[in-house]
Amino acid sequence: MEREGIVRALPIADPASAADRSLAADPARKPRSRSTWHAPTTERPFAKWLLIGVALAFLAVFLVMPLVVVFVEALRAGLGDYLDAITDPDALAAIRLTLLISVIAVPANLVFGLAAAWSIAKFEFKGKSFLITLIDLPFSVSPVIAGLVFVLLFGAQGSLGPWLSGHGIKIIFAVPGMVLATIFVTFPFVARELIPLMQEQGAGDEEAAISLGASGFKTFWLVTLPNVRWALLYGVLLCNARAMGEFGAVSVVSGHIRGVTDTMPLHVEILYNEYSYSAAFAVASILALLALLTLGLKSLLEWRNAEHLRSTRGH
Amino acid sequence: MVGFALPRLKQPSVIPGFAPTLGFTVLYLSIIVLIPLGALILKAAGLGFGDFIALATASRTLAALQLSFLTALVAASINAVFGLLIAWVLVRYDFPGRRVIDAVIDLPFALPTAVAGIALTSLYTPNGWIGQFFAPLGLKVAYTPIGIVVALTFVSLPFVVRTVEPVLRDLDREVEEAAATLGAGRFATVTRVILPALLPALLTGYALALARAIGEYGSVVFIAGNIPYVSEIAPLLIVIRLEEFNYAGATAVAALMLAISFAMLLTINLIQAYSRRRYGHGA
Repeated sequence: MEREGIVRALPIADPASAADRSLAADPARKPRSRSTWHAPTTERPFAKWLLIGVALAFLAVFLVMPLVVVFVEALRAGLGDYLDAITDPDALAAIRLTLLISVIAVPANLVFGLAAAWSIAKFEFKGKSFLITLIDLPFSVSPVIAGLVFVLLFGAQGSLGPWLSGHGIKIIFAVPGMVLATIFVTFPFVARELIPLMQEQGAGDEEAAISLGASGFKTFWLVTLPNVRWALLYGVLLCNARAMGEFGAVSVVSGHIRGVTDTMPLHVEILYNEYSYSAAFAVASILALLALLTLGLKSLLEWRNAEHLRSTRGH
Repeated sequence: MVGFALPRLKQPSVIPGFAPTLGFTVLYLSIIVLIPLGALILKAAGLGFGDFIALATASRTLAALQLSFLTALVAASINAVFGLLIAWVLVRYDFPGRRVIDAVIDLPFALPTAVAGIALTSLYTPNGWIGQFFAPLGLKVAYTPIGIVVALTFVSLPFVVRTVEPVLRDLDREVEEAAATLGAGRFATVTRVILPALLPALLTGYALALARAIGEYGSVVFIAGNIPYVSEIAPLLIVIRLEEFNYAGATAVAALMLAISFAMLLTINLIQAYSRRRYGHGA
């Protein structure tokens, strides 16, 4: 056939001789040694290590040094002073209040996250994407505004202020206001972990369980919850870290009464402004340890259960 | 079938619990978020147009808003460059300690802002670990707007890394091979093939970092110096107005900031909608 003829007419290329010819044609081009060779879809080793070096230097200055300086400053005055600072009655009261607020705020947002994810992921309804946007809203609001809105509602000059004070209920400059402000700033954490994952998983498992006669509650408990348990834990972890560390929103509604409405981050501020630097850093070091613990657990969850968490994660 | 002419809100489903869970979601959302934010907007509206404009355009308010916006813009831009670089290094290269570095990126999300604030201040004062190198140059970092940029860079650092990272990881390497086969150099491949595909994720991360940085308070108040007209950020001005019991003043600044937040949120959603249409995934 004609085509075969064309193929036969072409000289059979020998890769080695072709390479030799091209080298002979271009005397400036030297054969590259194995160590400097790089695939056309990667960078030269020099560029690669330069990029790694710049990235690591940036992270060392902006992330590692702030973390290290907390512990160095905390222990500067000696271990005795460090222990005194964190066992001071006001510091202990601040630790207790921080724990109390997060013990209320995290479960509240956990229940909300589960309810929101169930309704959004298992059903199709109008206005769903608008609802998801509203759930993410608190992340775009300044923490100071999160505190301010509750002062405007419940403060002495607020809309409900006179009624509340008439009934002897104190929300602003008291613990309830601090809990509300914390719930506001940590509002989306659990929901935003669960919603995309449960949407990905679909409603097939639940429909099967229901058709086999399981009750709605049993389906949730035995089918849905095990499917999302790692993402749930992940959300709770982040929610808790923010709840314990929140400063701006809580600061606005707290009133800064030492030993009464003083959380750990607020106590750090008070000590710092009194020039008790070592004590401030000592309390701060507990919060830094908490942050490290959170990061450790979070990484453990990501490494062990990558397939059970949602794949694309944007904070 | 039910013969009502009402549009059907929900598709039929055998799964129970739609009404109670959606009801609870909307109720909780209203009590915690919508009603309080609504109260702020009502309060701002109740000020009257003239008063609101007077408070919003007071020179101190404008100076604080301008400072917040500009420092946030600089910090987000720094993080756009370095965040992209860090995401690239984490996804494309293997080096000792990569997993630890990957875990540490989220430190600004986990470390309370007050702790970050005092730590950064101690680093950048003239006799601090880093500040000592700037002092001989006559450059003050702590207690100046530069210090604000440093704090905002810290708190908004993870956003760009975490939005670009998954997109970069899922990027099809065959496209790069095709570019290389067609004769593109590595630099051309990176800038003309890879970067355009990363752009929506990069913009989303940039907008998220910017939104976070504009509203940031805790880490900034320690390092800023807080001098009116010079290093006083908008969230701090809200706190100062509240401490003066000037609720109208606080509300006016807050309403302006809320408007900026909503605009940012809208921008982010538009970028993501565009990205889903163009690349088939949300950035």
